[in-house]
This record gives sequence, structure tokens and C-alpha cells, in this order.
Amino acid sequence: MNSVNERLFNGLVKENPTFVLMLGMCPTLAVTTSAINGLGMGLTTMAVLALSNMFISLLRNIIPDKVRIPAFIVVIASFVTMMELLLEGFLPSLYDALGIYIPLIVVNCIILGRAEAYASKNPVIPSFFDGVGMGLGFSFALTCIGAVREIIGAGEIFGYHIMPEAYVPCTIFIMAPGAFFVLAALTAIQNKIKINGAKKGRDVSNIQSGCSEDCMDCDSAGCSHRFYDTSKRTDKKEIGEIEITEITDDTVGKGDEANDY
Amino acid sequence: MIIDINIKELLIILVGSSLVSNVVLSQFLGLCPFLGVSKKTDTAAGMGISVIFVITLASAVSGVIYKYVLQALNITYLQTIVFILVIAALVQFVEMFLKKFMPSLYQSLGVYLPLITTNCAVLGIALVNVQKKYDILTGIVNGFATSVGFTIAILILAGIREKMEYNDIPESFKGMPIVLITAGLMAIAFCGFSGLL
Repeated sequence: MNSVNERLFNGLVKENPTFVLMLGMCPTLAVTTSAINGLGMGLTTMAVLALSNMFISLLRNIIPDKVRIPAFIVVIASFVTMMELLLEGFLPSLYDALGIYIPLIVVNCIILGRAEAYASKNPVIPSFFDGVGMGLGFSFALTCIGAVREIIGAGEIFGYHIMPEAYVPCTIFIMAPGAFFVLAALTAIQNKIKINGAKKGRDVSNIQSGCSEDCMDCDSAGCSHRFYDTSKRTDKKEIGEIEITEITDDTVGKGDEANDY
Repeated sequence: MIIDINIKELLIILVGSSLVSNVVLSQFLGLCPFLGVSKKTDTAAGMGISVIFVITLASAVSGVIYKYVLQALNITYLQTIVFILVIAALVQFVEMFLKKFMPSLYQSLGVYLPLITTNCAVLGIALVNVQKKYDILTGIVNGFATSVGFTIAILILAGIREKMEYNDIPESFKGMPIVLITAGLMAIAFCGFSGLL
């Protein structure tokens, strides 16, 4: 039971996917035009995350290491398809509001990230609750961002009017540019916390918001594509100085291409 | 067989997908490479060209597969699974092909390819093409236009970021926050295109 609580706390607070790790930014910006959309997206992602974590954890000793990433993607895509059909059947209004971002949950790096980093190495129950915790953290973050944008941009929250009559809604906040501004404010707050924490000598290395490095020559952890191309990392460096003579039949044939996602 | 090509419709899609509803600035697809590979203009240009290449190819392949496999067998509900696997395999295949037959092109584009698999714009365009019921040719044009829009956006951002190196920015806004604010201002500017159609 202890590990269950620990996992839930980890997902909600310690490694909150949005506020701390800054993963899955595409849906975070795209669907948070209102609190209810954010919540719907968060809960859908949570369902996929928990189920795929559970399933991948069950299969962790069966899936060969070399083809693990494609196998994970198939599992995740299957659950996303199920959720898509369920939403279309039972919550058509949410389905219409989220639109193309539902199938795009497949490429949300939080899900593949958790599969790779946690579920493929741990037993079923902690993995399931890891997914639930992460999903709750994601839902919480998306609801907060959606609520802020809805209050400023429309003067409402969950569809209820809360701002005084005199308030003129700042519509740009529910349009695309507003998403960037809200996220900019969020990352600025994180930067502030990080700077203050570093001054007081706390360990702030897990906060990813300050990253403005070029992905091309980045080696550090915490970003989306490191989960895909773990084997690529060494390759990528060599490509710069690769010589044409090196590219012969046997280097092409022998490479473990199956692993190179 | 009569191939009916509606030039006007294609032109509207070309302008609409590249400028009016820009893939990054109004649909938030492909945000990771947009923010991650936009520090220098030359890498941004390389990324942009690779994205044009991959997305155009991917929309052609996924269009063919949707029409002749998924629709023919009446299993269109499997589109998400099929598309993601096809795209992942395609990127892998393009990489192998370039490595073997066009080493000089591989040297300039090869580094970007692994980053593109994770680009949600590729899957996004394949799904948009299906959702809007585009035929194969229209889908290819839409894919091309969308990726051109991506390239325009990433090049502008990279140009601004290069200038911004010398600016005095408040401590907590250094790094990502100021880039996001720049992107927001660019999004406002791109809203101006909406009068175009």
C-alpha cells in the first residue's frame, strides 16, 4: 500500500509531468481553452496511461528488448483507439471538442516515457498506480491551465460566469497566442523557483523548465525524444564526422535498425 | 479514368495550411522540434527541409494505405495504430535509403530524422487528411503546405532567437519563457493571415 501512495504522490507532486518535467506540451497548449476540456483530455490520457502501463508491465518479460519501442507503441495505440471509440459513443461533445488531439495521445511523450522508464522494469500494481498518479498530475495541471485561460479569456470557469459584469474578457487568452503566454508565465515561475532553490542549496535538477538548449547537441535527460532513441544517442554524435567510405554494405546491414526509433 | 484536379481548391489548401492555420502557431503540432531545434538558423533550416520531405512522403503513403488497405478491408477504425507504425517504419526506411544511396544528403539531413519520428505533426497531418476526407493528391498538397508552414515558423523563430542572444532579459525569463513569449507574439502576427481566405 505504501508504494501505491508513493507512486500517486510522485505523479501528482514530485514528478508532475507538466509542472515539473514539462512533458507532453502539445496537448497541454492545444486543448486547454477551457477547464472542462483540459479535465477531459487529462482523464482520457490518465486512462490510457494507467492501462498501457499495466499491460506493458505484464508483458515486460515477454517483449524482446530490441523491439520494445514498437511493441509499446502498438499497446498504447490500441488503448488510444479504444478510448477514442468509447468517447465517440458516450461523450460525443467532448469527442468533438478534443478532435484530432485524442488519437494524438499516442505520441504524447509522457506515456511512452513512463512505459520505458517505469512500467518496463516494475511489477504490475505499482506500474498501474504510477500511470494513475502521472495521469492525475497531468489532469490537475491541464485543469489549472484551462481554468486560468477560461477565467481571463471568457470570465467563466467550467461554464459558470464568475467575473463581475464590468470585466471585459481578454479573448486572446482562449485563442492560440494565449496558450503560449500562459505557458511562458508558468515556465518563468518555475525558473524563479529553480533560481531561488539553487541559491538555498536545494536539489532542483529535476525541474526541466529552464531548458533552452538546442536539441541537436543535447545529451541530458528529461526531454521527449530521449525515450525514443536511446540507442541513437551515440550514433548521433558520430554522424557529424562520418566518412563516406564508412558507409558500406556491412555497416548498413549489421546495424540494429529495429532498435533505432 | 478521369482525374479531376481542382486547382483552385488546391491553392486554397496551400495557403490555408501553410499560413492561415499554421501547424505550430495555431494547432500546436510539432512543438518539440519548434522549440528545441530553433537556436540557430542553419539547423532550423535543416530541420525544416527534413520535415517537408518526411511529411510530404508520409501523407502520400498514409493516403494510399488508407484508401487501398483500410477502406478496402473496412477497418478504418485501426487508422491510428496503422499510421503510427507506417510513419515510424517510413522514417527508418528513409534513413536507411539515404545512408546507402545518397550519403551526401544523409550527412546533411540524417541527424534530423530521429527527431522527426517524435514529431506529432507527422501523425497529425495523416489524421487531418482522413478527417477532412481529402483524396490522395489533396492530402499530399496539404502535407506539403503544412510542413512549409512549419519551416516558415521555425526559421522566423530561429532568426529572432539569434538576435535575442544579445538582449538583456530578466533572470527568470531567460531560456524557455522568452522563447514562448516570442512564439505567442508570432502567433498573434499569424492571426493576421486569417483575413486572407
